[in-house]
Amino acid sequence: MANFIRRLNEIPREELFASGHGLCAGCGIPPMVKIALKAVDGPKTVVNATGCLEVATTLYPNTAWRVPWVHNAFENAAATASGIEAALRALKRKRGWKDYKIIVFGGDGGTFDIGLQSLSGALERGHKFIYVCYDNEAYMNTGIQRSGATPIGAATTTSPAGRVIPGKPENKKNLLDIVLAHRVPYAATLNSAYPIDMWNKFAKASEYLDKGIGPIFFHYYSPCPVGWRMDSALSIEVARLAVQTRIWPLYEVEEGKIKINVMVRRPKPIEEYLKLQGRFRHLLKPENRHILEKIKEYVELNWNRLIRLSQLDSIY
Amino acid sequence: MVKWPNKWMELPIGGVINVPATSVDVKTGTWRSHRPVVNLDKCIKCLMCWVSCPDNSIIRLDDDYVDVDYYHCKGCGICANVCPTDAIDMVEEGGI
Ligand SMILES: Cc1ncc(C[n+]2csc(CCOP(=O)(O)OP(=O)(O)O)c2C)c(N)n1
Ligand code: SF4
Ligand code: SF4
Repeated sequence: MANFIRRLNEIPREELFASGHGLCAGCGIPPMVKIALKAVDGPKTVVNATGCLEVATTLYPNTAWRVPWVHNAFENAAATASGIEAALRALKRKRGWKDYKIIVFGGDGGTFDIGLQSLSGALERGHKFIYVCYDNEAYMNTGIQRSGATPIGAATTTSPAGRVIPGKPENKKNLLDIVLAHRVPYAATLNSAYPIDMWNKFAKASEYLDKGIGPIFFHYYSPCPVGWRMDSALSIEVARLAVQTRIWPLYEVEEGKIKINVMVRRPKPIEEYLKLQGRFRHLLKPENRHILEKIKEYVELNWNRLIRLSQLDSIY
Repeated sequence: MVKWPNKWMELPIGGVINVPATSVDVKTGTWRSHRPVVNLDKCIKCLMCWVSCPDNSIIRLDDDYVDVDYYHCKGCGICANVCPTDAIDMVEEGGI
């Protein structure tokens, strides 16, 4: 039975994701993983696409996991999860195995770009698992290369801000829209500054899986102090600002019905968000005003579209 | 602590790690340049630091007050930053 919470002290103490891992100081990934493993109840197994989370938690001969965990290549986490789910279903039928829940973690490079086709296949076939894309907005583990998730204007090592380009020239793609095109039963965005909301979404996902309903997709905002060139102490603060500036709307979609979880009536200025991060600092210079204006336009367009869509009974 | 095998033939098949959470022996506390110090007089037990710490280094005590695990704490400063009552100070290491 899923366990919804209203206060943080209702979260059990026992951690299934251990300390001693090699993720950077201030990394935004663990606060989500800790909650995911606890809020999704019962026996479970984790599938991890190559990326920071994968390499930094399994530095041989050590592991930071207290649940079964499987490594796979960069592009096929969803395919591996599909295979595990199908195998477990067969073992249940033939040998009376119990139910296991499958949670997949993939970075934005592994989900938006290289793993997109295996994800699409798995969503289309309707495998019963939870897929979480932790989005740190670049290929961080290999040295901050731009991805389809890198926002416009962000400086990365392959989109450096300078005289030629003002950071990445293209907009971030809307992954959740692509996922929703598969008509998944439940999808949502997550943010570490809103841990109760995040817990309850995982608890709901767990309940869906108990009823045999899936796949479920989460898009998690994952601050990366190293790649974003910011103070490690600011991880959660920047995550909160992302929501409060409407850059990262918190919403969920159940059977096509959109619900905005944090209604941002008076958004904070986007500059407040940008100025904390070295990857955006050049945007505050006068010669890059046009990019700043583009970002503001894009954020407003996205937000207004979301509001309009949330007024429909279903977008499916 | 898990030992490195002497020969590759001693590795488990598939390179499987068959003991959970062995990383807890790794002393990531050596990464730290500043240490969080909790002032319990100001703590309101909201547990924001506890859920936010990437390294499980905020110890949640039985009464929901908090302490720090300096063996693992990397000194990122998130706990001090999220604390609504400024009950956590980041103090430079080596000063004491
Ligand atoms: C087919 C393939 N190409 C390239 C790599 C090298 N590689 C490993 S992790 C990684 C980046 C992962 O980026 P992302 O998915 O965003 O996760 P993050 O590192 O940001 O956590 C790359 C390029 C690989 N492992 N496999
Ligand atoms: S590079 Fe970024 S995402 Fe990767 S471990 Fe470091 S902080 Fe986390
Ligand atoms: S400084 Fe960082 S690692 Fe240390 S206890 Fe605080 S949040 Fe955890």
